[in-house]
Amino acid sequence: MTVIRNVALGCVLGMLAAMASAKTDIVVGQQLEPPHLDPTSAAAGAIDQVLYSNVFEGLTRFGPDGSVNPGLAQSWDISEDGLTYMFSLQPGVTFHDGTPMDAADVKFTLDRARDETSQNAQKALFEGIEAVEVIDDLTVKITLTAPNGNLLFNLAWGDAVIVAPESIGEIKQMPVGTGAFKFEDWVQGDHITLLRNPDYWGSPAKLDKATFKFIDDPTAAFAAMMAEDVDVFGGYPAPENLPQFEADPRFQVLVGSTEGETILSINNQMEPLGDVKVREAIAHAIDRQAVIDGAMFGLGTPIGTHFAPHHPDYVDLTGLSSYDPDRARALLAEAGFADGFTTTLKLPPPSYARRGGEIIQAQLREVGITAEISNLEWSQWLEEVFKGKNFGLTIVSHTEPFDIGIYARPDYYFQYDNPAFQALNTALTAEADPAMRSDLLVQMQRTIAEDFVNGFLFQLATPTVANAKVRGLWKDAPTQATDLTGVYWED
Amino acid sequence: MLRYFARRVVSLGLSLLVASLVIFVALEMVPGDPAAFMLGLNAQDDTLAALREELGLNQGPVARYISWIVGMVQGDFGTSYTYRTPVSGMIADRLWISLPLALYALALSVLIAFPAGIWAASKRGKLADVVVMGTTQLGVAIPNFWFAMLMVLIFAINLRWFSAGGFAGWDAGLLPGLKSLTLPAIALALPQASILARVMRSALLDTLGEDYIRTARAKGLSRGQALRRHALRNAMIPVLTIIGLQFSFLMAGAIIIENVFFLPGLGQLVFKAISARDLIVVESVVMLLVFAVIVVNFTVDLAYAWVDPRLRGR
Repeated sequence: MTVIRNVALGCVLGMLAAMASAKTDIVVGQQLEPPHLDPTSAAAGAIDQVLYSNVFEGLTRFGPDGSVNPGLAQSWDISEDGLTYMFSLQPGVTFHDGTPMDAADVKFTLDRARDETSQNAQKALFEGIEAVEVIDDLTVKITLTAPNGNLLFNLAWGDAVIVAPESIGEIKQMPVGTGAFKFEDWVQGDHITLLRNPDYWGSPAKLDKATFKFIDDPTAAFAAMMAEDVDVFGGYPAPENLPQFEADPRFQVLVGSTEGETILSINNQMEPLGDVKVREAIAHAIDRQAVIDGAMFGLGTPIGTHFAPHHPDYVDLTGLSSYDPDRARALLAEAGFADGFTTTLKLPPPSYARRGGEIIQAQLREVGITAEISNLEWSQWLEEVFKGKNFGLTIVSHTEPFDIGIYARPDYYFQYDNPAFQALNTALTAEADPAMRSDLLVQMQRTIAEDFVNGFLFQLATPTVANAKVRGLWKDAPTQATDLTGVYWED
Repeated sequence: MLRYFARRVVSLGLSLLVASLVIFVALEMVPGDPAAFMLGLNAQDDTLAALREELGLNQGPVARYISWIVGMVQGDFGTSYTYRTPVSGMIADRLWISLPLALYALALSVLIAFPAGIWAASKRGKLADVVVMGTTQLGVAIPNFWFAMLMVLIFAINLRWFSAGGFAGWDAGLLPGLKSLTLPAIALALPQASILARVMRSALLDTLGEDYIRTARAKGLSRGQALRRHALRNAMIPVLTIIGLQFSFLMAGAIIIENVFFLPGLGQLVFKAISARDLIVVESVVMLLVFAVIVVNFTVDLAYAWVDPRLRGR
């Protein structure tokens, strides 16, 4: 009995002690669960959402504003010709299993990602790397086949984090990284727990424990926040509830921007959509604000090209494709479709697509275009639309950062084939001078906007709902991450 | 008797084989490539090929079917395409939530339905009967997920007696585990209890009209005694049938409730596996459910024989 009493007393005292000082643990909700825990072999954003920066780090890393900062590489020297990068690594870094992180691990990571049998979902990031050499324990030399102005940016992606050969076999269930948190356990379908890494090389995390809980259903997410079972919900899935959270002093709401250009993709090789006049007509038929208000409850920034508005080189080209149904009808008549035409509109599951699709269908009907909606599951969409290119129109958010280069790939699902644009993209990749790059990027944005390749709708916003006392959260999402390294509870 | 049993086992095996074939063919026909789902929009062709090779997707469907069946007979359900862990372990983890949840809900359903049904039958046409019939009508009509949300609103958000969902884990102890299953179990049980109570009432009323009840009353038993001693047992056949159906339903049909309470049960596993085209997981779980349904039906058959000796001779 005394044992029980002592335990009970201990628990009560422990709870009182915990209540007295600021909390050091946090429960973070997110919709999707990672399929496994290897960020270097899957596209699932959920993996990065839990592990990026918290558990795994790359040579460079994204800051909250999307800037590229030093990570495991403390500095680098780029040769005059832009072909060799000499990285000096942070000294004294160890993996969570106690083994040191050195140049050999960097070489292993990059060689693994570039290998023939690589399962890296973003293998293109490593294209153009000719060789990775170990100079000494803390120096790595990367040689390129051609100058690549994007290399430092590419190395900051979650798909380029540094992993060790010792732990790679088990990485999918037992991720071993160098970050400020180490992986503790994973109850599949329910949660993942991270604990503070006491041996972290940089400034230590302020939280002792972080639990990521997976709540798929928007109503359940609302309930979990309201019941305060969850402290932070990243990518909150029910924007219609946000006013309720904003009005409640227990909560704070952060609405940030993402890298997700949400577009009405047009099959450029399908008649009559191959005709630029027809595509221009579609662009003028769309009332972006109505789509944002109706489908996203007002969250989202209109875009006129495939580029993130928060990027310094962004040009506002929404004027080129302003809402003008009369103009759209005239253009259709010019193209020989005065009576309109019928095409397909294939929608993947996210609400921006399903809700946005209905609104766009109605707007297209106004100018005489009949869009037949079919709702697809993701894997069906990948098979039918993305791989099979069997679609007229579709709505999808392209969440990869800085991905205007997809317009230079004629085999990409919307099949835009313009040699002028492809030349600009080649020039951009080889260019390292910031002013020249900026100029090229502006030309690229303009080219695709003037060719009305796709219907450019809006930049996807990401709402985060959090307990009012949580500090240090990222508002924007330059990459899909919930970086907890600077998060703490206010007293 | 032995021949009867052997015939039964053969027919059980055949139904399982046919079921496995139907499940496999149906899922193979659904479009979608698990490797493409894993690697997303920027994947290159050689990367996709490498992943398909590792997952064994390059084999023909016949070879995959045979290796699945052979593995399953040996207790090996294969490895999940997306999670890359053995399917048997995943199913076992989820069963530890789904099975207790189904049993909990079934127990609640029986505990509510039996007294309510008996009470209504014994007070036929009176106020009690009208109340029970009215309430159960409502219980049948209200969808369980709506009721679940209502309970979350009251007990989790306003009163804070329960958490809004999730599972505390059996490691935390029996009580926290049961506590996290309580709201879901009630939500699942209420519609089932309503159906069961109505079946119980009408079955009892049927038997109460039988000659042997009149005989029993003539012997001097009160209406209540006749009901308890003679009518109840005879009314059990339809009730047992419904209980058997309900258990299978609760095992397989808790998907929506698991979503509302974000419980990591079998339903949630299947639901996610379908969208990720993790076919091996879907096939194995569906197969397991088929197996469970067949076993439950078998058990119900045995229970019939127990309550009705006339059936034992057949």
